Order: sequence, then structure tokens, then C-alpha cells
Amino acid sequence: SRKVDSRTIYVGHRPCPTTEALIPPKFCDNRIVSSKYTVWNFLPKNLFEQFRRIANFYFLIIFLVQVIVDTPTSPVTSGLPLFFVITVTAIKQGYEDWLRHKADNEVNKYLVTVLEDGRRARKESEKIKVGDVVEVVEDETFPCDLILLQSSREDETCFVTTASLDGESNHKTHYTVPDTEKNLESLSATIECEQPQPDLYKFVTVFSRCVVFFRSLGPENLLLKGATLKNTQKIYGVAVYSGMETKMALNYQGKSQKRSAVEKSINAFLLVYLCILVSKALVCTTLKYVWQSRPGQDEPWYNQKTQKEKDTNLYLKMFTDFLSFMVLFNFIIPVSMYVTVEMQKFLGSFFISWDKDFFDPEIQEGALVNTSDLNEELGQVEYVFTDKTGTLTQNNMEFIECCIDGFQYKYADSGTELDGFCVTDGPVSMLQQKAGREKEELFLRALCLCHTVQVKEATGQGDGVGDGMIHPADLRGFIASSPDEVALVKGAMKYGFKFLGMESKNMRVMNRNNDVETYELLHVLNFDPVRRRMSVIVRTKSGDTMLFCKGADSSIFPRVRQEEVDRIRMHVERNATEGYRTLCVAYKLLSSEEYDQADTGLREAKLALQDREEKLMAVYNQVETGMSLIGATAVEDRLQEEAAETMEALQGAGMKVWVLTGDKMETAKSTCYACRLFQRSTELLELTVRTLHSWAKSKPVSAFSVPPRSWSSANQDYGFIIDGATLSLVLNSSPDSNSSCYKSLFLQICQNCTTVLCCRMAPLQKAQIVKMVKNSKGSPITLSIGDGANDVSMILEAHVGIGIKGREGRQAVRNSDYAIPKLKHLKKLLLGHGHLYYVRIAHLVQYFFYKNLCFILPQFLYQFFCGYSQQPLYDAAYLTMYNICFTSMPILANSLLEQHICMEVLMDNAALYRDVAKNAMLRWGPFLYWTLLGVYQGLLFFFGVRFLFSNPALQDNGQVFGNWSYGTIVFTVLVFTVTLKLAMDTRHWTWINHFVIWGSLAFYMFFSFFWGGIICLTVKCAWLYKSFIYTTGQKF
Amino acid sequence: MAPSYNAKEEDGHQPGATGHGGAGTMTNKKPDNTAFKQQRLPAWQPILTAGTVLPAFFVIGLIFIPIGFILIVYGLTLLIDYTGVDMSSPCYNCSQSYSWNNTQSCTCSVHFSLDQPFESNVFMYYGLSNFYQNHRRYVKSRDDSQLNGDKTSLQYHICTLNRCSKECEPYRSSDKPIAPCGAIANSLFNDTLELYYIDPNGSRTAIPLVKKGIAWWTDKHVKFRNPSGNNNLTVVFQGTSKPVNWRKPVFELDPLDSDNNGFINEDFIVWMRTAALPTFRKLYCIIQKKPNNMTPTLPRGEYILEVTYNYPVRSFDGRKRMILSTISWMGGKNPFLGIAYITVGSVCFCLGLVLLSIHYRYGKRNNSAEISS
Repeated sequence: SRKVDSRTIYVGHRPCPTTEALIPPKFCDNRIVSSKYTVWNFLPKNLFEQFRRIANFYFLIIFLVQVIVDTPTSPVTSGLPLFFVITVTAIKQGYEDWLRHKADNEVNKYLVTVLEDGRRARKESEKIKVGDVVEVVEDETFPCDLILLQSSREDETCFVTTASLDGESNHKTHYTVPDTEKNLESLSATIECEQPQPDLYKFVTVFSRCVVFFRSLGPENLLLKGATLKNTQKIYGVAVYSGMETKMALNYQGKSQKRSAVEKSINAFLLVYLCILVSKALVCTTLKYVWQSRPGQDEPWYNQKTQKEKDTNLYLKMFTDFLSFMVLFNFIIPVSMYVTVEMQKFLGSFFISWDKDFFDPEIQEGALVNTSDLNEELGQVEYVFTDKTGTLTQNNMEFIECCIDGFQYKYADSGTELDGFCVTDGPVSMLQQKAGREKEELFLRALCLCHTVQVKEATGQGDGVGDGMIHPADLRGFIASSPDEVALVKGAMKYGFKFLGMESKNMRVMNRNNDVETYELLHVLNFDPVRRRMSVIVRTKSGDTMLFCKGADSSIFPRVRQEEVDRIRMHVERNATEGYRTLCVAYKLLSSEEYDQADTGLREAKLALQDREEKLMAVYNQVETGMSLIGATAVEDRLQEEAAETMEALQGAGMKVWVLTGDKMETAKSTCYACRLFQRSTELLELTVRTLHSWAKSKPVSAFSVPPRSWSSANQDYGFIIDGATLSLVLNSSPDSNSSCYKSLFLQICQNCTTVLCCRMAPLQKAQIVKMVKNSKGSPITLSIGDGANDVSMILEAHVGIGIKGREGRQAVRNSDYAIPKLKHLKKLLLGHGHLYYVRIAHLVQYFFYKNLCFILPQFLYQFFCGYSQQPLYDAAYLTMYNICFTSMPILANSLLEQHICMEVLMDNAALYRDVAKNAMLRWGPFLYWTLLGVYQGLLFFFGVRFLFSNPALQDNGQVFGNWSYGTIVFTVLVFTVTLKLAMDTRHWTWINHFVIWGSLAFYMFFSFFWGGIICLTVKCAWLYKSFIYTTGQKF
Repeated sequence: MAPSYNAKEEDGHQPGATGHGGAGTMTNKKPDNTAFKQQRLPAWQPILTAGTVLPAFFVIGLIFIPIGFILIVYGLTLLIDYTGVDMSSPCYNCSQSYSWNNTQSCTCSVHFSLDQPFESNVFMYYGLSNFYQNHRRYVKSRDDSQLNGDKTSLQYHICTLNRCSKECEPYRSSDKPIAPCGAIANSLFNDTLELYYIDPNGSRTAIPLVKKGIAWWTDKHVKFRNPSGNNNLTVVFQGTSKPVNWRKPVFELDPLDSDNNGFINEDFIVWMRTAALPTFRKLYCIIQKKPNNMTPTLPRGEYILEVTYNYPVRSFDGRKRMILSTISWMGGKNPFLGIAYITVGSVCFCLGLVLLSIHYRYGKRNNSAEISS
């Protein structure tokens, strides 16, 4: 019986002769379906999706009520806007889906070459089955996930770029299955691999040739669908995952919807207005029956009911009356607000991508907006979580100095001497002294060997420049996953040791005497963030087996002899405080027994199908012990442009900046000082493993009960430093009652500090911190900014995720809500755009509620004067067009163009950001103000006209006005008041504002002129009237 | 401790090395530097200063207060309730003995006196109260196409096929289609009012009441039209029946003026324009000023209102009134309008004074300061 969590694949569909008869396993075909709809299900499915939105559903219900029940307004009044909204959305979604269909077809119909019974056959990509052997030539993308069987390159490798998958455009090397036979036609083998899973970097498989021959395969053997073959003429691979089960398809999933705080406010206001609506309808229904119960009122002689009305059941009548009132007043919650808000967000977001201040000439790109739903959230940020490397700093590494055996070497002049060392002041006053030459060379060889850097070949034609690390001197490019490694290799080059590249498992190094040394690379013990170090095992020409290891000081020091540590620790700590990234280098001479033991351990672990990672880790830890420390390196990572000014502005705007980094504490701390996040006056509170140890020594109490300090000194700034290990103690402590107490205590401390620095964080911990703050009391708005794959989790977690278009691939950018080229752009994005967007949308929302309240209130009041008979005050055309035509454009223009304070002033005075903090313009206070204003004006409109109509002879010919004129007068006053209110609120009058505000008033007059002629009230315009009147149905 | 970083320092980066990511797709994505896209459109930013606000307040105040006074002072109105609720009132008897089937009309005369002469044109209105002309069921109970002269809605067989407006129910048809149909038309006001001046010597002079020009021009000429085809209205309206409550068919509404019959009868048109509020007035007739202009239209003295009492209002507790009013250019006399103008004007004026004193006391200190910051 086979395990369910693995699948077996027969290469070329040929079963092993020895095993039982082939039961062809069922796998899905290689068709990619990213589209949501087909032609047949588009209409029902799309409508269903749309009416799942509460607002749309509400309007649908209102519309249906109007159709079914005899209501005062025709179904068109609410049906038409709803139809418009639904249609526009459906067209937009349909178009997007059509594009997806097209893209899918392009992928699915692509012709690929498949080996079938020894013949090469052209097939459409969607027809590939799992187990097919597929041929891919250079610059083609892989049609599905393949295991590399054969490559045209001699060294059994191929190069691949995964630019379309994770955005990293450097070449990655993949290897063929080791020791397979070359004849693919006769190869019969099975592959047992895990069930499909989305992790791009995880793959565990066993390749077996009919039971007798086992090889373990890892991600380096797997070619992912979507990646492109480079620098290799042709490869053959066997399909293992196809179609929707490929890693690319599994990774393709919509991001979770982020909703802005403004939207929550809108929903709360909507609820209030819904209550107003229902209570209005209830009041009217009740009063109607009270009024009717008085004799002579319900059915006077002049106004008899029809027989049908008389026969209707009383309770049914009450219910339909209630629904009628609901319909009559439903304009208080307008469809158009949703449309206007959506449009404002969508159009408004263009201003971000259009902003030329966000344009970075270096990468020739501006800002990128991935979602427009969060524009206003940019003006509400309270916590900023920033990554350090690549965000605060440039991630542009430069080798500064090194320390060999306790002596400091600082590179001064390039290439003047063969041994271009310039010794500066030694740490222990050993001036002008050097370490022994042997030690020097050992150190430099270690730098040249202990890495995973590739030399970019000249044939690359510049299509994969990698991270842009071309050395200017000899046009030799290095490609590496981390820029530190390149900096180190280049550093070694400055001192005369040149890494020449790999030649079939041999590393070639040119030493100071221009001799080429070759080393056989036996094992690479890869870097991982938990171990924080990497090692290589090489064999020299002379047959010695050596292990070189480099890593963070904390992970190296416990593994080397203590007396060596003391000599070097000082250097490391001094470099760290200066803001450099430090690495320690150690080595170990392996005896043949030791090597054999390590070798078998590593091979076994690599073959393991289960817990491979853990097993490998155990072997690594076992091998990397008892080393001797040679030296340390210091690499500088420069601060981003205007990092300090940006951080200062953010803090001035009342935001709290937390730095979350994987880097070590000293480096991070000095970066914080450089960015002015920590000031000289800042009192630092440290909660790290080190302080915990020292406390534990002094008194055995819990770290949290320690200093009963006075927080009262208000002027004192506090900075808080915590490291990953301690944080996991706080967050993941045993599930007893204390853990939540620690968490809240920790949160409380952090929230009282101006800056918090969390160092040595794993990516998941970053997200954990963001989540903790996000869910804390008052649910503050959080923003995460980062540039690398390790920041994706926190970018996704925070309310607003910002990606920096940096060097560490594009993953952060793809997962972000907004992407900017440089950190310095954050200032304008938040203080400028964010502030304006917030003010605009807040005004938009409040104004919309206000204008609909004073629109519908007179209609409500009119019921008291027309016997609660649901007689509409306004004409149906006015009811429909009020929100669509007469009053919608001015507020839309205002909400796109308004600058109550101009951009420059906002940027110069960061404190202005505090004015709108905590959703200040959408809280109940302002909402109440707008509501009362709406009520006041509604009352004024209605009763003003009511008293005016105490003598309805308003013309000099003594003729009187009727009920429709009454409504039209109220409506005219309303449209003018509401528009002029907006005009008074406008602080920034561009020509567009003028055009739209005066234009919509003019349009209203023009329209009314046709429709009702009430404009002729005071003007003698009968002759005009006469000419128009014949074309339009008259009501007035 | 903290090293000083120079943020502007050249980062020694190779420009050629940065253009990765596919040279083919690389286009110049530099945003356009237009005023609109950069949100730098030239804009007028209104700033309220004492120099603009104070004069505005004073001007508004100075214009509105006189207008208000004129509206309050000018114009005359006289209102006479002739419902006959009290035993003492002259129309009490008529109001009691009411029946639609009465062929004998009941008349009563109401005496009143004018303390002031009414100059210029005087407009005579009838007023009803507690009459819900704006009730929804009532408002829609009409057939506009019929009133506009659509012949098909007068024909029985078409109406029975439900082609003509259903809104007229239950006043749509008896045995023949009703013309004009609907509750509004059915309840047409049918009291007749006549006015007599009593000379000091005791003789009665009838005051000429003009019925022309009481309806809206558009109503009379556009909305309401008699069915065309025949000048003889009797023929046109053949096959229709009069509304239940009417004494005369629609083509005999005005026995004196043959052009004022059918749907274009002005009294009928005025009634068909439904009132906005349950207490309303409608124009009954116009008393035109004397051609010589020497004597007032209605001189001071005693008058008699002769009412032919047909219209029942007691069943719904209504009132009937006769109103005499003169008209200014702002329409009939309306105390509310005058009070509103005076209130707004004086509030503006007072605010202006307050702001002026504030400006006078504090504004001098820093001359450039604005009143609203």
C-alpha cells in the first residue's frame, strides 16, 4: 500500500519490467485555467457574485419591491442606476476574464516537443501528461514542472531564470539526475515525489531505476513551469506536475482583500442611515393608520377607494404601505455613492503612478499601484514597520575591511602592491604588524572558496546581468543570491585572490602569484537563516580535506576555540557599532575518517524523503564544530537616500517606526542611530538574550518583573530593542495564563517607546509582530515596507503593504499594495498623497450622506401634509437624476482635485498629519455635524416653502402653484444649496472645479427648463416655453 | 557613536548594469510632467478676509431689510369664511341641507366691509381647508391623455379594453366612459360667488368678475385641449357621460362663453392643478382696475358676497373661504416672506457689526492677519 502523500510517476510511461502491471495513475492534464467564467456561466455566475455585495443586494430588493408592490415611484428610479452599476461592473469583469482566457490559451495552445516511443512529436502544451519526456530549447519556458534528465551542456547542468515566477532575473543552476543512462528511449524509471505543494523552494523526491538504483532529488533538479531556459541549448525532462498542480499555478492565488478603515466607517454610517430609513417608514405607517382612524379622513367623498383597495386585507395593506414608504425614502442610501467612491479611488490612484517625484531615473520606473482600495489608508498610518536591509539601507554591499587573526586590514589603494595590504591601527596597539602570511592567505582562500557565487560567462550576452554586480576592472560578473557574498569575493580580489569559477566540481582560484589553484568541491552546506552560516567542504590538490565556514558571529563563536574569539570579538563589535555587516570566517581540517563520516551522513540525509531538512540540519551542526577562527569581515551597506529625513518626518507626523530586521543587534542599532530613529537622548531598553542572561545571573526573577521604572518623565524618549529569540519567548511561551499577560505587557512597553528595534527576526516573526500590533487596542493602522522575499509576510499582514523596487527580486513588489522605487518616496506618499486622499474621501462620504439626508427629509415631512399617502414630493425624473446628474460631478471633481492644504506645505509640516490621525474626519463627531446640517437644511427647505405656500400665488398674475411646483421649488433650492455648500468647502479652485460646479447648476436649470419650466417663475418667458413645450410631456 | 552618512553620496553604481528585466520590454515610463497629472493645476484659493466678508454682510443686510419691509407693508388681503358652521352665520342653512341630487341650489349672502380701498387689480380666490388634493390616490386619479384631447380615451369600446388610464378608478366609467374621468375632475368646485358693492345710498352694484386669465398659459394652451375634429363639442363628447357629481356635462360648463367650454374651461383647469397642501386657495376670478384709474378698484365700504352653495365640506370638517387679494411683483401678500427677508438681513447686519468691532479692536495689531485662519 502506497502512502497517500506521495505520487509515483513512470518516466515515458514505461513500467519497470519487474514490478506489477502498470496501473496508469490519474493526474490532471496540463491545462492552465486562470479564468473565472465561461461564455455559458458568465451571466449567472457574475450576477451572483455581484449581488453577494450587501449594497447591491439591498438595491435589488428595493427594486423588486417597486416592481411587485404599487409604490409611489416607478421601478425605473432605482432600477436604472442599479442596472447601470451592474452592467459597468459586469463589462469590466468580463473584459478582464477575456484577457485571462486569452493568456490561458496562449499558454495552453503553445506547441512543445514530446518524446513518444523514440519519436519527437509536436503537441499542444495542454496535452502533456505526467510522465511525458519533454524537450525544451533555449529561451523557451518550461510547459510544466519537469525533472531534468538530460542537458546539452557537458557538465550536466542547465541555467534557468525565474524572472516570471519570483522576479529574480539571475541565472540559477539546475542539475540533471545524477548517473542516469544517456539513452532516454530505453530509460525506464519511476519517480516517487510528494503531492503538489506551492512552496517554490521545496521539493523532495526519490528517483529509482527499477528498484535497483536510488537517487534523491531536490529543488535543484526541478525545473518549474514558467521559468525560462538560458545558456543551454536543449534539455530533456520528465513531467512531474502538470496544469493546475504545478508550483506556479498553486502559487497563483488572489491576495486576500484588504479593506480600509474608511470602508468600515461607511458601513457603520450606512447602518445608521438604514435605521433612520426604517424608523421613518415605521413612523409614517403608524401615523397613517392613526390618521385614517379619524372619521372622514380615510375616504372622503371626493376621494373614494377602488373596490380592490377596499377588499385588501388590513395587515397586508399595512405591510405594503411600509414597503412603499421604504421605497419612497430609499434614496437616503444612494447607489451612486458606491459608484462615486469606487470611481474616486480608481481615478485617484492614478495620481500616485503619475507623480514624477516617485520616478527613479536609475531603474526608469515610477510608483506602482496594485490596489486602489487603500489610498486613504495612507493618510491614517500609525505604525510603520520597516525592514532594514534594502529598505533603510541600499543593499549595495562594499567590502570595507577585514580582520585576520586579530589584526585589522583596511584596504586603502587599489593594486599598488602585489600584497596590497595597508595596515592601520591595530586594536591591541600592535601598530604596523601583520598576521602571518600563511594566515592571510588561508583567510583569503576561505573568502574565495566559501560561497555559492557563480562567475557570469562572457557568452551570456548581457541578458542576465544578475544583480548588476559587474566588476568594472575586468568585466567579470558575479551572480549570487546575496550581495554580501559578491562583496566578499570582490574583497578577496582586491587583496590578490581571484575566484575564476567552477569547472565541473572544481573551484578555480588565482592566487597572488597568478597561479591557478584548483579545489574539488565536495559539499556545500547551504546557508539558512536559522543556522545563520554556510560552509563548504573542499579537497585541495594535495589531498587535504578542508571545511570553510562563514557566518554570523553568534553562530560561529560557540563553535570555535575561545581564545581565538577574544582576539576577534573586539573587531567584530566595533565594526558592528559602525554599522557594518560582519561575518566571521572559520576553517577546519578534516581527517579522512571525519570526512567519511560527514560524507555518509550528508548523503543519507539528502536521500531521506521525510524530514530531510531536519536531518540535514543535524548533520550540518555535527560537522561544523571544533573549527578555528581565522578572521572577520566588515561589509558596508549604505543608507538609502534621505533615509534619516524620511524617518524624522514620519516620526514628526506621529507615526511610530519599528525596525524589523534579520540582522544582528549592533548593526541594526547603528543603522537606527544613523537614521535618527534613536537620538542621543533616547534611553534604550534592551530585552535580548544577552540581557536576559545577565539578569538571570544577578537575580533569578522573570525579566518582566524587573525594573519598576518611572515612565512618568514625559519628555524622555525611549527606544526598545528586542531580538528574535527573546521575542519567541514572549509570543510563543507555554500556553499558561502568563503568556497572554507577557504579550500585553510587552505590547504596552513597545507602544510607549518612540522606536522599537526588533533584530534577528525570522520572516514569520515579522508578520507576528505586525499582527500583534494590528490587533491591539484601538486597532491602529499599520504599514509595512520592505524589499525582499522575507518581508512579504509582513507586507501581506499589515493594513498597507509597501514594496520597494530594490535588488532582492520583485516578490515584495508583487505582494505589496503600493510599490515605490526608494524609501525617500514614502514621505510624499504618506504625508502628501495619503493625507489628501484621506481628507478627500472623508469629505466625499460625509457630503454624500449629508446631501441625501437633506434631499429625502422634505419628502418625509411632506407625508405629514398629504395624509401619509406616499405622495412623492419630487418628480420621478428629479428623484432619479439628483444623485446621477445634478450633484454627482462636483463632488467627484472635488474629491479628486481638492487640496485643502497644498502638497508642499503638507510635506514641510509633518505635524499636519496628526490632524487627520485616528480617522478624525469620519468619527461620530463630524458625522453628527454633517447629519445635523442635513437635518437643519432639510427642515429649512421644507418649512420655508411650506410657509411660502401659505399664499401659493407667487406670480404677479395671481395664478397659484400646485403640488409639483412645490416639490420643484424645494428641489431647486436643494440643488443650489447642496452645490454651493460644496463650493464653500472647496479650498482649491481649478478650472475643472469651476466648470463642474457651475456647469452642473447650469445643466440643472437647462434640464428643468425642458422638464418643468419652473425656472420661468419670475421671468416672462412664455414664448420660450411655448416653443419647447410641444416636444415634452408636461406635468407642471 | 553614530557614523555620519552622506545620503547624497554617489553610490558608484553602474548605470548599464541596472537595466535588467528584459531589455525588449523597457520603455520610458517616466510620468508626464503635466500640471494635471502632477496635481499642480493653477488654482484659486479663496481666503476670507475682513475686507471681503464685512462688506458682503453689510450689503446683504442693507438689501434684504428694505425688501422685507416692503413685502410686509405692501399688499392687502381679505378673508371671509362662508362655510356656515355657526348657527349665526348666513350660510348655516345651506350647509345643513346638502344633497348632490338637489336640483334646487341654495344661496346665501355674506355681508362684509372694506376698511381700506383695494387699488389696482384685485384677485378673488376661493379657499378650502382640510381638503387633501395632494393625497396620492387623488393626485394620480386623472387621465392626462384624455385631457389633452386624445379621442380614443373617450370611446367606450377602447376604454373597456383597458386601453385608457386605469388611474381614474373608481371614476372611470359608469355605463359610458366618463369625460373628464378621475377623482379630481369629479370633485370640481362648483360654488358660484358674486360680489356686490353697496352704495352709501343703499343700492347694490354688481362688480364685474373676469374669468379670463385665471389658468396657467401652458395649461390652457398645451396640456388641456378639446378633442379636435369638430367645433361642436356636443358632438365630440357624444358617447361619454358626465362625472357623477356634476350637474352639467363638460361642454356646458360656461353658458356665457362658448370658447370656455370642454376641457379648456379655465375654472376646470385651475381645479385640475392639484394643490400642494391641504389648506389651499385657487384663483376664482380677477376684478380688473377701473380704466380711468381715478377711483380704486374696490373702494372702502360695504359689500355683499352672494354664494350659490353647492359644495359640501362639512363631512370632512373642511372650511370654505373667499379671499380678496392684491398682488405685488413678488406675488400675493405673504407675511412669511417679509419676515424671512428681515430676519436674514438683520442677522447679516448684526454679524457684520460684531465682526467689524472685532476687526477694529484686534485687527490693527497685526495688520496682515486674516479673520479666518
